[in-house]
Parts: sequence; structure tokens; C-alpha cells
Amino acid sequence: MNLKVSTPTKVVKPSRRTFIDFIREQPLGFIGLIMIITMFFAAIFAPEVAPYNPEDVDFEASPALGGGQPSWEHPLGADAFGRDILSRLIYGARTALSIGFFSAMLGCTLGAIIGTTSAYFGGKVDLIIQRLIDLMLSFPIVILAIVVIAIFPKTVVVGIDINVIIAIAIPFTPKVARVIRSQALTIVTLPYIDAAKAAGYSSSRIIFRHILPNVSAPFLIMLTAFIGQAILLEASLSFLGLGVVEPTPSWGLMLSGVNSDYYRTAAWMIIYPGLAVSIAVFSFNLLGDSLRDWLDPKLKL
Amino acid sequence: MLKYAFNRILLMIPTLIAVAIIVFLVLRVVPGDIVELKLTAEGGEVSMEQIEAEKKRLGLNDPLHIQFYNYMIGIPQGDLGISLWTEKPVAEEIGSRIGLSFQLAIFSTILAVLLAFPLGTLSALFRGTFLDYVIRIITIGGIAVPAFWLGMLLIMLVLSFGKLPPLGTVSFFVDPLTNFNQMIWPAISVGYRYTSVVARMLRSSILEVLSEDYIRTARAKGLYERVVIVKHGMRNALLPTVTVIGLEFAFLLGGLVVTESVFNLNGIGKLFIDSVIRNDLNLLQGLVLTVATAFVLVNLIVDLCYAALDPRIRYQS
Amino acid sequence: MSVSKIKKYNNDVLLDVLNLSVTFELKNASVKAVDNISFKIKRGEFLAVVGESGCGKSVSALSILKLLPPKIAKIESTHLIFDGVDISNWTTSQLREIRGKRISMIFQEPMTSLNPVLTIGDQITEPLITHLKLTANEAQNRAIELMSMVGIPEPENRLNQYPHQFSGGMRQRVMIAIGLACEPDLIIADEPTTALDVTIQAQILELLKDISKRLGIAVIMITHNLGVVAAYADNVNVMYAACIIETGSSNDIFKNPSHPYTIGLLRSVPRLDKSREGKLATIYGLPPNLMNPPSGCRFAERCPIYEKQCDNSPALIDNVTSKNAKVACWKTDFAKVTGAKMYASNKKTKKSVPDVNATPILTVNNLKQHFNISLRSGWFTSKSGKVKAVDDVSFSILPGETVGLVGESGCGKTSVGRSILHLNNPTNGDINFQNISMNKDSIALVRRDMQVIFQDPFSSLNPRMTIGKILEEPLIVHKIINDKASRLKRVNELLEQVGLYTYMADRYPHELSGGQRQRVGIARALAMEPKLIICDEPVSALDVSVQAQIINLLEDLQAELGISYLFIAHDLAVVRHISHKVIVMYLGKIMEVADEKSLYSKPQHPYTKALLDAAPVPDPEIEKNRKRTILKGELPSPLNPPPGCVFSTRCPEYTKECSKLTPPLVKFTDEHFVSCIKVKEFNA
Repeated sequence: MNLKVSTPTKVVKPSRRTFIDFIREQPLGFIGLIMIITMFFAAIFAPEVAPYNPEDVDFEASPALGGGQPSWEHPLGADAFGRDILSRLIYGARTALSIGFFSAMLGCTLGAIIGTTSAYFGGKVDLIIQRLIDLMLSFPIVILAIVVIAIFPKTVVVGIDINVIIAIAIPFTPKVARVIRSQALTIVTLPYIDAAKAAGYSSSRIIFRHILPNVSAPFLIMLTAFIGQAILLEASLSFLGLGVVEPTPSWGLMLSGVNSDYYRTAAWMIIYPGLAVSIAVFSFNLLGDSLRDWLDPKLKL
Repeated sequence: MLKYAFNRILLMIPTLIAVAIIVFLVLRVVPGDIVELKLTAEGGEVSMEQIEAEKKRLGLNDPLHIQFYNYMIGIPQGDLGISLWTEKPVAEEIGSRIGLSFQLAIFSTILAVLLAFPLGTLSALFRGTFLDYVIRIITIGGIAVPAFWLGMLLIMLVLSFGKLPPLGTVSFFVDPLTNFNQMIWPAISVGYRYTSVVARMLRSSILEVLSEDYIRTARAKGLYERVVIVKHGMRNALLPTVTVIGLEFAFLLGGLVVTESVFNLNGIGKLFIDSVIRNDLNLLQGLVLTVATAFVLVNLIVDLCYAALDPRIRYQS
Repeated sequence: MSVSKIKKYNNDVLLDVLNLSVTFELKNASVKAVDNISFKIKRGEFLAVVGESGCGKSVSALSILKLLPPKIAKIESTHLIFDGVDISNWTTSQLREIRGKRISMIFQEPMTSLNPVLTIGDQITEPLITHLKLTANEAQNRAIELMSMVGIPEPENRLNQYPHQFSGGMRQRVMIAIGLACEPDLIIADEPTTALDVTIQAQILELLKDISKRLGIAVIMITHNLGVVAAYADNVNVMYAACIIETGSSNDIFKNPSHPYTIGLLRSVPRLDKSREGKLATIYGLPPNLMNPPSGCRFAERCPIYEKQCDNSPALIDNVTSKNAKVACWKTDFAKVTGAKMYASNKKTKKSVPDVNATPILTVNNLKQHFNISLRSGWFTSKSGKVKAVDDVSFSILPGETVGLVGESGCGKTSVGRSILHLNNPTNGDINFQNISMNKDSIALVRRDMQVIFQDPFSSLNPRMTIGKILEEPLIVHKIINDKASRLKRVNELLEQVGLYTYMADRYPHELSGGQRQRVGIARALAMEPKLIICDEPVSALDVSVQAQIINLLEDLQAELGISYLFIAHDLAVVRHISHKVIVMYLGKIMEVADEKSLYSKPQHPYTKALLDAAPVPDPEIEKNRKRTILKGELPSPLNPPPGCVFSTRCPEYTKECSKLTPPLVKFTDEHFVSCIKVKEFNA
């Protein structure tokens, strides 16, 4: 029901919402944030945190030879080559988070720029961009990512798979562009933009000073949500053998090639990497959802 | 309404043509050479002449505009070229596999709709309660858990309680029970995400609708709360939900790509991966086109449902 | 408990509310939106509840039927006796039986109050089927009856249409039909005409008044419009900061206001029926924050006759001078005596007069602004229609002059302003500003000299910038002041000039009130030292007392700086007060132009007459003797305007010639121009 009637006097008292308010109002989001920070720490300090080198092979601990059960030695067990799963998960967090962050950042930034420009200039530019976005949106993310993978040759720079980042970023771009465009379209019609135009400010000043800061909330929300989705997508691509390749530790890769033998004999090889992906994505979704409820409850993604 | 439907159908044609052109152009950039890959796979040394001859035979040496012409002319006749790998017609390759994927998609949609409606509605009506929190966590989980991993867990589960259904798909019309047994697990593994997305959308749209002025009007009229929620609330909340159901249905193929690999199902998802790995350009082209067509068709159905539910759209034209 | 079984305990009183309070429990605060109010309404009475936004008038009305969100709103009362039954402790399912059957509601927003996916017929028949157990067929016949009763043409056909096929006024008629369906004892109308144009408002209110009198239905009407109260109400409750501070018959309230707030409120509205007598009275400051209300009299802080005893809450006591009137003030006798002098700002200052012989600062000739509206969009093509938002408009503004531009929504008044500012490039015509003919390039030369103030104080400031930054920006961009320290000094100067405090430079827009934000908007315009300010509905989103403050400020600035205004508004009284010259527009065309005095006292165009006729005046005596000619019908679609005179479809003086030729704007007197072919006839 309409609550507007009840809180008109709220404006009288200065109210700036703080981080403390976020914790109090969105406990689930705060939990997500803590989990994300923990993961980032683990990833950055992987060499200190991980009990083993992720590439150390120990055939005695291989489930193929009947070993590798979770134990004090290998808390989450060992894989087919006897490599410590916990250590591989910790190093895998590096891959997941870096690819997740960079691809979401790239996709969201491109999307935001395209969306804002399209909305501000309108007319033919807007129409053509919109049609291209519609076209790209008619493909599932995974399909689009795989097509991009097929087109771009494999490129690895300082241990990061650039082609995977691009393949993940491109399907995100039209989604972000569409949301940002609709947000920017509302802003463009607001009186403060008219006031800026009437005051004779330049287009670039209006875009950068008056429009972009006001789409920062949806941008932040989408960035958070898409980092999660990017991690998921990276795992899927690697699982299919189209993403990251050995020896880079990757959660998706740890699940690929697991043949039916291990379903019975080494369940830990399957359970933990998938759990890692799920928890990571879950945390980002939790944070993203709470950010949306907090910053812009009506935003449609 | 009829006029609206007709207009909507006409509008599909330029969309599909544009998709076809873009797909063609984009895929010409794909690096790697199928012929080399194919010939070396057969073993032995391959000479340049052999590759050239093979290319000529497959029509890969024709100038681009000829290839484009043949491709565009073929589409309306259902001719998508031949698979460069198996040399069977692409349409046939896709046709023989699409039924399975379609059935899987239908299965998981039924599953998702059956589960999502109670989940989303309960979550919205009991907003802020323990139940709401539980449902929200379950549904956030749905978009976090990788479908292929869920599939693997399900396989493990089935294995520890009994045995997996036989490989090689049995038609629903031949042996419904076995078919059901084969389909239910992959359907669950893609359906979890589907359910969650739909339930989340339903929750937020119910909440939004319940704060609308016309709900207050309905209450002020003295209608039973049941009538207020179902007749005035749900029908409006259904609009965005229908869109999401349609979108996710069209996008199921994305989920199937990985799930079919896990369950070893010969649907078009698996075919898609194979075509990428083998650089089978024609097949890939045909598949991408199929996906886009599916999307456009589903979108059409969604728009028609929308028009049926929302008079504002129905009367627009 | 069934309603019918209860004995009537006092046949006269329909609703008796005692000590009603509503508290909103929000996440980090609790707000007492209604504080201990008591009132009664008799059968068939027309009671108005009047007050500014946030005073609790709507909340109190919604709380009677418990239509507030139950989780947040706590409703308490000693008793709430409706037709002899105490319904204060009824559950919502008990209340459901009387909702829509014995007490109906009509809401403010006709555009959103009807369900978009259900037919009108379905929505009207719902209460009939639920409460009166009519069959679908019976209900439908009754719905047709109701629709013709509320003046919806062709009810049989319109029954199967959907809300989006109805205009705002028609939807409000539908709401009234729904409200009347079960012939209730009481209708609660919450700002029923606030969203509607003045001619439609008159139609709806006359209808409501007429039907309620005929059927003996009591009406509680919540409104902020004092004119509406004077025109229609028998009795009035005045609310301020969650309390009822004065009640009485409409004559008591308007002739003998006893509470300093009521006195101030009545003096701060500009009058449609009188020329400006001086500056408007203003009530100092803002209403208190209800999260933390003052302990004594809630008005104490703003009261011009505050004394020590006002720190204790005054009770609502009988007003000795008049029967049935009550007032909550310690000093009511003193207030009544000093009423006229109480608001000291009411100086008899004259409006500054522009030099009639000066060259106009702005001349607009044959301005046309056409829009292509997309009706249906396809891939790269779309079907579109042309809207002539502004069609051949000419006028001029002198230095230091205020030209008022009035008309109902959709008449093109805002488009005129936007074309002059080149926010939309005009389709055709010549705009000459300070002897420069403007086009989309030369506009850059004069940007500084021509500024704008917008209606909505909530969205006219960038929420991500502090007030200081907003005011500093034009100084930087136009290189008006180049060093930071002097810029900040200028920002402070501007803030003080518009009556704000310098510490507000660090605040964000959401931390200010609506009126304060509007002052920032004015300061931003002033920063560039303009010669002309286009004011687009600058006060229509503000409460009466704040509106007066802003109008006075605009007048002061004009006197001080010699700025010209193009004052675009729909409120005829405000325009009369502030303008030297007034232009009346309808469907993109000018109907009449004249100096303020002749336009309001001797209107010539039938549309101007109808417009003035429809707007109520805050004086019950005048209203009692007024005979309204209510304009029939609604604004035609701008996509398909009528041929000839655009007003011909609604004109009471219509004859065949009117649809044949477009009447030119002809001279009536030196200062008075009318576009009607019958002007001479009227004066013959």
C-alpha cells in the first residue's frame, strides 16, 4: 500500500545511509560480502594458505589406486593424480575470481557506455544499437560464449585467459546495455538534465557529471550479480573443455573428464569443486540481491 | 487480437533474416580448418593437394558471396547445407536430435512451473518471515549451482540407490516409464535454475502488484482477500512471469549444452559442442540458426500470451 | 456481528470517531501520523478534511476501514462508532462486509486505481455480486444504470472496455460508480480531483455533491484545495501535524478562522476573484517532523503569537463565538482580533510595473512545435501521428514583466517554454531574444541570459551533487568567476538571496524539503544572472504555505533585479497574483491574451470564462451564490484536433461557423486580444 502518505517529514532530517545501516537492513547481503572477502583473501594469499602446491603429484594418494580419501593429510581428499583438492580449490579461486571480476567489469563497462550513449543521443543511433542488442539477446549466454570462444584464438596473458574473459564479457554486454539504457532514458527526461542543457553545459559534461553518476547504483548491482554469473560460466566452459586448460587450476576443470568410475569411488572429487563454485556464485548473488533491495528495489535485471 | 497476432508474425521475418546474415558473417571468421582436422583424424600424412581437393569438393573454395547466396537460398527450403564432418545434411542431423532436447525442455518447464508458482507465491505472501527467507535462499541457490554439477550429484544419488537407466534414449511413446526415468534427472538438473528464476520473478512481481493502487481499491470494495490476491493480484503479476518462463525456455538450450554432456544424451546441446570442437562450420551455423529461431518462436508465443492477458497490448494495434 | 441487527443509538450521527491515532512503525523510527483525533459526521453531511501534505488527513481516512498496511500501521481508538456499532476492534474480515457496501472510498489517482486487466463492467459489478448477491445479469444491468448516473456516455458499450480506454476524468466517474454501487451511507473521497484538470474537477465535484445530496449519502472529502472546501463542504476539519486543530462549519472556518494556522493558511492563498492586494502572507518555516514532534502546541514554532503557555498542548475546545465550532489554541480570542495584523510579512507592497514602451526582451512569432508520436513501432518503420503541441503562437515579454501562461494539461504551455529554451527545437516560427533571432546554434550565445525553473523540486536537482556543487557548476562552466574562493562566496550569497542558510551548501538535495529544493532551483537559475526566467509550474508541487513563500521570493527578485518571467501554470489564482499579462492556451493555440485585470474581470473567450467559472474560490458565501456553467465533455485528442476553432467541440456558444474557420487572434481593446469569431456578438 502507499506509504508515501506516512513519511513526508522524513526529508526534514538529514539522512545519509551508512555501511552500518546496510549490515542492519540486509544481513544476508552482509554474510555474502564476508564470504566474498574471505575468498578474495584466500585467493590472494593462496601460497600461504594452501597446504600443498596444487600441481604436486602424489600417485599414492590417487583414487585410481584406491587412495585419496579425505583425511588429516588431505582434508578434502586428492584427485586422480593425487593432487590435494583443497589446495587446488584455493588456487582455483584465483582463476575464478580474476576471470569473474575482469569479465564482469569489461561486460558491464561496455554495456554502460553503450547504454548511456544510446539513450542520450537517441534517434537512429539508438535504434540501430537497440536492434543489435535485441539480436544478441536472442542467444543463450552459454551459446554466445562458446561461439566467441570458437572465433577468438586462445590468448593467455600473465596466467589469465584473455579469450575466456572476452567470451564471457560479450554475452553480458547487451544485457547490461539494455538495463542501463532504460535507466538512462528515464534520467534523460528528468528536469535536472533539462536544467543542465538550458544552462548550456556540454554533452560530455552532462553524460559524465549528470547521467553516469546516477546509473552507478544499477551498475554496481549488475556488476556484483554478473561476477557470480561469470564464475558460473567460466566453470561451465572449463568443464566442457572450452575454457581454461590444464595446468591452470580451475573449479570447472576439476569436474571435467571425471568418468563414471569416480562417481562410486571418489565422490569428494565431484562434490567439493562444485560446492566451491556454488558457494562463490551464491555469495555474489546474495550480495547483489541485497544491494538491489537496498539501492534500487524496482530495478529489473 | 488477430490483427495483433498477424503483425507479430510478420515482424518475425526481418528478425530471422538479420540473424541469418549475422550468423553467416560472424562464423566466417572462425579460425582453424575443418578439412585439415578431418583428414588428419583419419591418420597418415596429408598433402596440400588432398586438402585443396577436399575443400573444393565441399564447396569451401567458392567465393564468399556464392556461399552466402547458396546459404540464404537454402534456408527457406529447409536446406542448411551438409555437415562438413559427417557429410549428412545439417537439417537431418539437427532434426534427429532436436526431439530429445525439446522433450527435455518441456519436462523441465513443467517441473519449473509446478514448483515455482507455489514457491514464489508463498514467498511473496509471507514476506519477511522465516518461510520467505528459506525460499529465497533456495532460489538464490538455484542460480548459483552449476547445472552440470547438480547433474553429477544426481547421478551419484541414483547410483547409490539403484542403477542408472539404460543408455540410448527410448521414445516416450514406446516406453513412457523408461523414458521418464531417463528424462527426469536431467530435467531436474536444468529445472532447478529454471524454477528459481521463475519463482524469484513471481515473488517480486507479486510484491510489486500488491502495492499498487488498484489492490487498495479492490480491498476498499470489500472483496474477499482471496479474490483480491488471485483475481486482481495474480493476473497482473503473471505478466512479467510469463515473459521469464518464455525466455528461460528459449534459453534452456544453453543449460542443455552442459547437461547433455553429463548425462550423455544425444541432443542438440551435445551436437553443438561437437560442432565447435570439430570446427564444423555448417553444422554450427545451422545450430545457431535453430537456437535463434527457437527464441523468436517462443518470443512470439510469449507476446501472444501477453496480449491475451493484457488488454493494453491487445488494443494497441 | 451483522450490521443490520444493531439498534440505532443516535439516528443522527453516522460516524463517531473518538481518540483515533495511527502510528507507523518503520525500520528505524516510529511516526505518529495521526495523533488522537476525534470527530463526528452526520447522515448526509458533506465534511471536508483539509490540511497540507503529511498532516495525516489521508491516513486518518484510510484507517477508518483499516486500509493501511497492517504490519506497519498501528491503529488505536477509544471508539469508532459507525451507525451505532463500534467497529474499532473489528478484524479486517469483519470490516470487509461493510467496505464498499456501507462505506465506499474514492482515491486520488484515477489512472492507477483501476485494475488495468479487468473490464470496467467487471470492476463495477464486483461489489454488487459480493455484497448484494446479485446475479451476473442483474449486476450488469445495475452497472449500466450506475454508469449513466455518473455521466458515462454509451454505458452498454463501455461496459466491456478496459481502463486504458478511459480518460482520467472518466475513470474517476467509474470510481464514483463503484463507490455508489451498493448505495452506501458514507463515501470517503481522498483528494478525488487533485490529479484532474480544473474543468474536469468541476464536473466530478458537482456530480459527487449532486448524487450524495440526492441519495442522502454522507461524504468525507480529503483535500488540500481551500476553494474546493468552500464550494462544497458543509463542515470542515482543519488538520495540522497529525492533529485536528480547528473544526466548524465552512462559514465559521472561512469567515471567522480562529486558529493562527487557519488564519495564515487562508491568507497565503492568492485569490482568483480579487486583484493582488499586496504580497501574500506566509507562514514561517516548515511543519514539524512527526518522528520527533514538539511537546506543546505543534504550531508553536511557526506561530506569530507564540507565548510560554503554548509549550503545553492545547485541547480542542468549543469556540465560544460560534456553535459547533472548536479550536485547539490557547490564544484563540487574541488570534481572532489580530488576524489581519498577525502575519507581518503582509506588506502592502505594489507589484513592480514594467516600462510599457521598452523594447520587448523576448518576442515569439508564429511559434510551432509539432511532435511525431509513434503509435506503433516496427523494426525500422513505425506508424506515427503528428501532434501540434504548439500551433502558431505569438507573444512578447517586456523587461521586468511577468507573463502568465495558463491552460489545462495538454494545452501546450510547457512546450512553449521548452521551445523558447530550445530544449526541443521549434518546428517553425521566430523567437527573438534580446534582438538575437534564435536557432539551435545562436541559443548558445544567450544561454546565460535565459534560465528555467521546473515544477518538480524532487527531480530538478541532480541527487548525486551537493547544493554547493550544483550552484557552483554554472559559475565554472560559463567562467563567470574563476577562483574557487570567490565562487564559494558567490554560492553563499546566492543561498542567502533565496532565503536558505549557507550551511546547506554541503547538503544533498534529498536532505532538503520541497520548498527548500525549489529555492535551490531558483538560486541555480540566478547564478547566471539571467534577464529572463521561464518558470514551468514552479509552485504547483508545493503546499499552500510554502507556495506563498516561493511566489513572494520570485516577486522580490523581480523588484530587485528586474528579471522578466514567463510564468507557466495551471492555477489561475496564482497566475493572476504574479502576472502582469496573461495568456490562455487551449490545444496548442492562444485563446485570449490580456492584462491581468481585464482578463479576470472581463474575460471574453468562452473558454476563459469556463475556466474561471470552474475554479472554486475560498469563500463559501461567494460560492453559494455562484452559478456554474460546467463545461461539457473532455479535451479532444491532440492527434486529431477539431476543425475550425479547436474549442468548438466543448463551446457553449457553438454554432456551425465555428467549425468552418480558424478564428484569428483579434484586438478587443488595446491590451486585450481574443481568438473567437463571436466576440463582437457578445458585446453587441
